[in-house]
Amino acid sequence: MNRSQPTSQRPLFLLIPGLVAIAFLVIPLVGLLAEAPWGSFGAILTSQVALEALRISLITSIAATAIAIVIGTPLAWLLAREILPGTRVLRALVIVPLLLPPVVSGVILLTAFGRRGLVGQWLYSGLGIQLPFSTAGVVIAATFVAMPFLIITMEGAFRSLDGRFEDAASTLGASQWTTFRRITLPLVGPSLLAGAVLCWARALGEFGATITFAGNFPGVTQSMPLAVYQALETDRSTAIALSLVMLTVCIVVLVALRGRYLRPGSS
Amino acid sequence: MSVTANFTSHRGEFTLKFKAQFEPGSVIAILGPNGAGKSTLLRTIAGLSAVNTGSITINAVTVDDAKKIFLPPPARSVGFVFQDYAIFPHLTVLANVAFGPRSRGSGRKAADQLAREILTQLGIDDLAERRPASLSGGQAQRVALARALATKPDVLLLDEPLAALDIQTRSKIRIELAQQLSTFAGCTVFVTHDPLDAMLLADRVIVLESGTIVQDATPAEIARRPATPYAAALIGVTLLRGNTLRGELTLDDGGVLHTADVDTSGPVLAVIRPESVSVHRVQPEGSPRNVWPGTVMALEASHDRVRVQIDGPPDVVAAVTPGAVAELGLAPGTRVWVSVKAVDLDVYPTHLDPTGSR
Repeated sequence: MNRSQPTSQRPLFLLIPGLVAIAFLVIPLVGLLAEAPWGSFGAILTSQVALEALRISLITSIAATAIAIVIGTPLAWLLAREILPGTRVLRALVIVPLLLPPVVSGVILLTAFGRRGLVGQWLYSGLGIQLPFSTAGVVIAATFVAMPFLIITMEGAFRSLDGRFEDAASTLGASQWTTFRRITLPLVGPSLLAGAVLCWARALGEFGATITFAGNFPGVTQSMPLAVYQALETDRSTAIALSLVMLTVCIVVLVALRGRYLRPGSS
Repeated sequence: MSVTANFTSHRGEFTLKFKAQFEPGSVIAILGPNGAGKSTLLRTIAGLSAVNTGSITINAVTVDDAKKIFLPPPARSVGFVFQDYAIFPHLTVLANVAFGPRSRGSGRKAADQLAREILTQLGIDDLAERRPASLSGGQAQRVALARALATKPDVLLLDEPLAALDIQTRSKIRIELAQQLSTFAGCTVFVTHDPLDAMLLADRVIVLESGTIVQDATPAEIARRPATPYAAALIGVTLLRGNTLRGELTLDDGGVLHTADVDTSGPVLAVIRPESVSVHRVQPEGSPRNVWPGTVMALEASHDRVRVQIDGPPDVVAAVTPGAVAELGLAPGTRVWVSVKAVDLDVYPTHLDPTGSR
């Protein structure tokens, strides 16, 4: 089916801008590869800065995804079933972090969880917990910006789930918990995986909210994107090597899920 | 194991007003057009939706009284067969059937054992390890019934149990279902818009229109005297029971009619639609193979037709135009001749053919 179409079916007014778009997307990738410090790649990646950034990134992105699954999935179900009052407003609120500039998300988090923030002052004076400038703060920032991806995916999945499966389980004697565990969750499993991957990828790439809310401390809050940003000012080749690692992760995820779970309407 | 339902239920602008009592062992058909409230009725009995006023009692236990009492579905002994069956797609047939017993507290082994027994009873034990996606419509229907029966419910509710099947499968499954329902001790309520389901499966038919009961009677009564134009158009037919052999139908009430169906044999329900009954003042000659004399008993206007009740034997209902009534001078007591073409006499087996042919 990959046979070339006759020239008459390739109108120039679409062909030329399309090729420009391809060039625009591909040239930066080529540039990255061209400048990659292939010789010292191993040394850079095993440097302390890189390893710590990788560790922080993996821990915080996985933790953020786990939190999003545990609290985001139930919210998605509530939104899909329109159980809470003001569901429409809530649904809009859920999307806000997607639209906000991440730096603004960071500011918002500071006003809420900062040492003098609405909740933060109680956490600090009462429990001695300080979220900003801690690894936990990185998790909070990543969860805030990434959870909407999971919620939106799961809400769609719950919505398109045939309600009669849950009704059937109920008439067969299953409690609500049994129904959710044995019927609802398995049926939305593929969507849960897709939503979790999207959420994780977003958490992994988080920069603006993290640097604003959690700061940029190597070994504590410096994740991969922050390390790339800092390295760029001092050691360009390290920045490029770390960027390549993140690009590779993106491509691996894309290939692994291509066509299987990220197809529109799959559930 | 009886059910008493006397309630109203609101769905936006729509109100369902229902009052009836179902006896143990009885099979009740709820017949009505789309939007009549049939599914709402079943869902309310099952506890999937609540009453707004009134109450529902199952087995002398009030399950919903619109005020303090509302037992959710798991607390009611109700089996539900959903339209399109809603078989859990990620579980095997066995796990689907065992789901009910498991949820109601049986251990895994006991539940599986019970599920196997029920599958064997329904003759589908060979499907146990199959995935729902690989089932045919008829198999899915049996699995859905097995799953509903596995919790040993007092009440069995079926929502359009045969609507998802193609016509050939439907008549076969319908007979099977009739036999399974006849051995079910509790009461069965099923919803349908196919009058044949009502005629062949039920011993009582409740006609529901726009949320209100318009008729509650035996199938034969409703066929003879439908209360509304809808019922008349749908089920205002002549029903005759008899035995057929090579196109010759011997009626239980005496008389022999010819049918075009020469393949079916054994006990059948024969259906004659009023439109296919011709009425004559003198004995007709020619193609119609079934001709008999009768007396006009009653005339009823229904839509743009007049339903004419004619006593034979066999008794029959004809639908003729008002013009024909005048032309033929039909009135109660008029002696007439009735004719029905063999092809217009549909026969439906009421028992499975033991020889297995067809």
